[in-house]
Amino acid sequence: MKKVWVNEEWCLGCHLCEYNCAYANSGIDDMVKALKGKTINPRIRIEEGDSINFAVQCRHCDDPICVKSCISGALSKTDGLITIDQSKCVGCYTCVMACPYGCIMPSEEGPMQKCELCTKNGCEPACVKGCPNNAIVYEER
Amino acid sequence: MNYVIIGNSTAAVGCIEGIRAVDTKGKIVVISDEPHHTYGRPLISYMLLGKTDEEHMKYRPDDFYEKNKVDTILNTKVVSIDKDKKSVKLDNGKSVKYDKLLVATGSRPFVPPMEGLDKVEKSFNFMTLNDAKALEKAIDSNSNVLVIGAGLIGLKCVEGIVDKVKSVQVVDLANRILPSILDEKGSALVQKYLEDKKNIQFTLNDSVAEFTENTATLKSGKKIDFDVLVVAVGVRPNTELVSEIGGEVRKGIVVNTKSETSIPDIYAAGDCTVSHNIATDEDQIIAILPNAYLQGEAAGMNMAGEEKVFDNSVPMNAIGFFDYHIITAGAYTGDKYVVENGQEYKCLFTKDGYLNGFIMIGNVSKAGIYTALVRNKTPLSEVDFDLIKDSPQLMAMAKSYRDEKLGGAL
Ligand SMILES: Cc1cc2nc3c(=O)[nH]c(=O)nc-3n(C[C@H](O)[C@H](O)[C@H](O)COP(=O)(O)OP(=O)(O)OC[C@H]3O[C@@H](n4cnc5c(N)ncnc54)[C@H](O)[C@@H]3O)c2cc1C
Ligand code: SF4
Ligand code: SF4
Repeated sequence: MKKVWVNEEWCLGCHLCEYNCAYANSGIDDMVKALKGKTINPRIRIEEGDSINFAVQCRHCDDPICVKSCISGALSKTDGLITIDQSKCVGCYTCVMACPYGCIMPSEEGPMQKCELCTKNGCEPACVKGCPNNAIVYEER
Repeated sequence: MNYVIIGNSTAAVGCIEGIRAVDTKGKIVVISDEPHHTYGRPLISYMLLGKTDEEHMKYRPDDFYEKNKVDTILNTKVVSIDKDKKSVKLDNGKSVKYDKLLVATGSRPFVPPMEGLDKVEKSFNFMTLNDAKALEKAIDSNSNVLVIGAGLIGLKCVEGIVDKVKSVQVVDLANRILPSILDEKGSALVQKYLEDKKNIQFTLNDSVAEFTENTATLKSGKKIDFDVLVVAVGVRPNTELVSEIGGEVRKGIVVNTKSETSIPDIYAAGDCTVSHNIATDEDQIIAILPNAYLQGEAAGMNMAGEEKVFDNSVPMNAIGFFDYHIITAGAYTGDKYVVENGQEYKCLFTKDGYLNGFIMIGNVSKAGIYTALVRNKTPLSEVDFDLIKDSPQLMAMAKSYRDEKLGGAL
């Protein structure tokens, strides 16, 4: 399955992917309206270091411990893609306890959110499309 | 191949998914004495809280049994196993034959003998969907509720009902709340939060000497009046089906890392078993949902003939009250690294070069990065501990680990 991969040598730490993620998942057409004056809560997150930076988002694990730990069945795996049914999520944080990469976090509305590779946004991953340095790519490996 | 599963909860679902990952053809029969479609047991408190409902509590979609070609026999209890004839006997007199059997019977509430308990008309346990529905019917905005037990189940029940009733009192024999997952500092913080935020009244170090219909007299002499009683003192694993036929039981059913019991072709998984806790190197019952799933899944794959071991069991809990969250894992022994900041608390325990356990309260973001260090027994020599002790982050992991997991240059 195609996944998002990061090359930490090339990541500038510019946070554009975070903005593109927040915009793509906002459901709002106008980027300015979607983001202006808001604290964004993106599903992709940059870790910044002294000399390197890199973007982290759900690894769509082959053996997804979040799915196996979820107390409600909100998380599931279909054809390799790990998705969340927010209407089932009760916000218990068991998946936050379990995810080895810190890739699942609460949404503003309460239920958890995670990267679903923009499958619910009708496009290819917006973070990748907007990356100015090709530090993140969407490909089969 | 005929697979039979006793129980219809997390371990059973893990087993079904494990079997079907290997064998798409064999016949699977699930037998449970509960009448419902599989549901997330921990959700019963969230149902009372209004965060979910019976429809959304379904642990798997409506077509789960059909899609996985599972026949269900619900509302029916297994009364015995005949290991020689390889069949199970039901309470309706019928028998079901198996080639491979999973015992996923979970646990039942433990109600210690308490003088006068039979005089209390409105007394409830808090384990099943039916318990929660019965409790919901019994309470209203005028109810004064007494909960016996300040552990995980008792306090989740409290969270579920406190906004629907007039008052909630909690009594526990232990000297602090949530002793199984918190240290003293953590217990005190969470207790204070519950007292301040929801006016929950705790009476610790005490227990009930005698009940009358609406009053509990405690050993200390204190009297508590109540309308509704919830008993959540503890649970006992349902092991009898296996012990009666000579299977090894030590508190829980004894299984190996392939979820096999000591009896051929009989497997067990979930809250009815003892697990090997890799953080303490001791056997104990680890009654949490992820453990039940992983053990059930391993059982299913092995039953279907593919070798699968589950060998990194550790206690790990996420529990929250309203918007105050707690995540813990592992064992609390070794050197301590502590950060305290008002309502926030973090304690990391390192031992023999590993992260052996942790407690996070208030800020729990990315806790899973710590959990993975505990579960995988990652040597801390491979990790930048000075960085990771401040906050869970992949930056502190070896570059080779990041390259493998996140990408790296091709
Ligand atoms: C209120 C509450 C909150 C919880 N919260 C959490 C949480 O937040 N996180 C977490 O990880 N864990 C939590 N747990 C624990 C979690 O629910 C269990 O670890 C999990 O359900 C274990 O699954 P299981 O399949 O082993 O057994 P169970 O869920 O106990 O299911 C066993 C089933 O087998 C049936 N059965 C037993 N004997 C027979 C028989 N002879 N014949 C037919 N059927 C039989 C039982 O009726 C039951 O339906 C909570 C538990 C409770 C009660
Ligand atoms: S949320 Fe975490 S555990 Fe779940 S699939 Fe994504 S990376 Fe894996
Ligand atoms: S927070 Fe939601 S998605 Fe995560 S384990 Fe709990 S119910 Fe499942």
